[in-house]
Amino acid sequence: MGIRVIRSGLLTTIQDLGRFGFQKDGVIVSGAMDQFAHRIANILVGNEESEGTLEMTLIGPTLVFEEDALIAICGGEFEASIDGHEVPLWRPILVKQGSVLTIGHCRAGCRAYLAVAGGFQLPKVMNSQSTYLLARIGGFQGRALEKGDVLLLREPGRNQDSLLFDKRRTALPFIVMSWGISFELRSYFYGAPKTIRVIRGAQFADFTRQSQEQFLTQLYKVTPQSNRMGYRLDGPSLERKQSTEMVSEAVTFGTVQVPAEGKPIVLMADRQTTGGYPKIAQVIAVDLPVLAQTKPGELIVFHDISFEEAQRLYLQREFELKQCKKAIISKMGG
Amino acid sequence: MLSYELIPLSENALVIKFGEQITPDIHERVRQVSTYFIEHHVEGIIEVVPAYTTVTVYYDPVRFAKNTNRKWHIEVLPFERICAVLKNILSSLEYADAPQGKEVVIPVCYGGEFGPDLEEVARRNQLTPEEVIDIHTNGHYLVYMIGFAPGFAYLGGMSEKIATPRKDSPRLHIPAGSVGIAGMQTGVYPIESPGGWQLIGRTPLQLFRPHHPQPSLLQTGDRVRFQAITKEEYKQIQEENNGDSRYS
Repeated sequence: MGIRVIRSGLLTTIQDLGRFGFQKDGVIVSGAMDQFAHRIANILVGNEESEGTLEMTLIGPTLVFEEDALIAICGGEFEASIDGHEVPLWRPILVKQGSVLTIGHCRAGCRAYLAVAGGFQLPKVMNSQSTYLLARIGGFQGRALEKGDVLLLREPGRNQDSLLFDKRRTALPFIVMSWGISFELRSYFYGAPKTIRVIRGAQFADFTRQSQEQFLTQLYKVTPQSNRMGYRLDGPSLERKQSTEMVSEAVTFGTVQVPAEGKPIVLMADRQTTGGYPKIAQVIAVDLPVLAQTKPGELIVFHDISFEEAQRLYLQREFELKQCKKAIISKMGG
Repeated sequence: MLSYELIPLSENALVIKFGEQITPDIHERVRQVSTYFIEHHVEGIIEVVPAYTTVTVYYDPVRFAKNTNRKWHIEVLPFERICAVLKNILSSLEYADAPQGKEVVIPVCYGGEFGPDLEEVARRNQLTPEEVIDIHTNGHYLVYMIGFAPGFAYLGGMSEKIATPRKDSPRLHIPAGSVGIAGMQTGVYPIESPGGWQLIGRTPLQLFRPHHPQPSLLQTGDRVRFQAITKEEYKQIQEENNGDSRYS
């Protein structure tokens, strides 16, 4: 039973919306890098948005389904096929027992999320299923998936089950639902350079006028030294007017820190809870998925907006997701 | 009463900033305010992170958005609304006593294989290894904040007589429980990690317990002392810990 891993992919881990409540203990939040794709994947299979999904990176895994399952894959444009037939992303798919799902290279973006109706049968550690690689806790045995691992599935809920049942009487290895997420909603990671909107950080004013201007107008390249912890950027070096020492304080997803050598670092899902470098900016929440889908070598440019606008955009996005969820639930019912 | 500022960190986090300098007054206020939010559930507040001079509050902006009719028509930003809530709470705490942190004694087996840099710390400070141990165990330390790694405490109060710069090249694997010195700081590595601290000993205590309701043994505001133990005592405590594996 469950899903057996035949090929693990580059870095495939279980992630949810993060481990909250323990940052005061120094426990990092973790969670999906692209929370938008993660949430949509869950919504498409009728799960809670916070349910754990499989996060894959650049090259996806190959999985054998040892039971019927309703799945959705959302995120970057990965090649995906079931028993040799190409399947679309951003749609619910009923996978029949015995089928093999192969997720290959990523043509655009760099991460995708596989949600399964009912969720993975994995214990929560500190209220979360997210994998915390450094401390080796959460997710699947605290580590990335490997060949031979078997992920057990939880029983889907009644609504999810009826959808499964209706489609079971087919001889095909899978069925793709006729509906999915519109291109407008899922095309956020195309284009180059990508514009990443920020609000000014607490120490923005400490930087020289020239550095402030460069940060907000010049191109920055995502370097290969970028991962789930942070994106190290290459571009104009940023200088402060005076190099006063700062005391450490909390940092969060999207905080842009500038260490002494002047190259900015954007903190991502596996960031530490606190940091002592000056904060030049904060990536706005609705653009974090765009950044999470940016891979090493790609170019970005920062553009600043007001905090007020950022928080309004945040609420607008939450409202859209709520509407999207309503629409999907009515599709499932009908 | 100490003044403070409320500064947005992101759309869902704000910083209560009590100042720029690490002082006992500010530390007390940080502890008082963070303890309040750890002990009281406030609708819409997700968690707080105390640090040297700040308490960062994570919140759910949707909870603080005004929801009229079917649209989320926001006349007032969620940030403004949570600030009003926080100002009320902070003023009600003005005359409250800050709860005392707990006292924690950390047993340490100094030197030998557990503290390969004890001799170097002694030599650099023109002391004997025994004198380094005496100074380290006689200190009274205060947990200013937890960060850097799960269960890692930033301790204040180490004697400058044993201050030692970091190693020139960091070690790749430092075992959990290692007690080290870096400049004017001392601390314990809660999980195995790379690091450049001078290692003077090791504790058999678990500073990070992922399955415990309070995963970090040390909390902001706790007072810490170190106590020298022998290798035999180290092993004994370790075995007792293993016997009680509920939280490991």
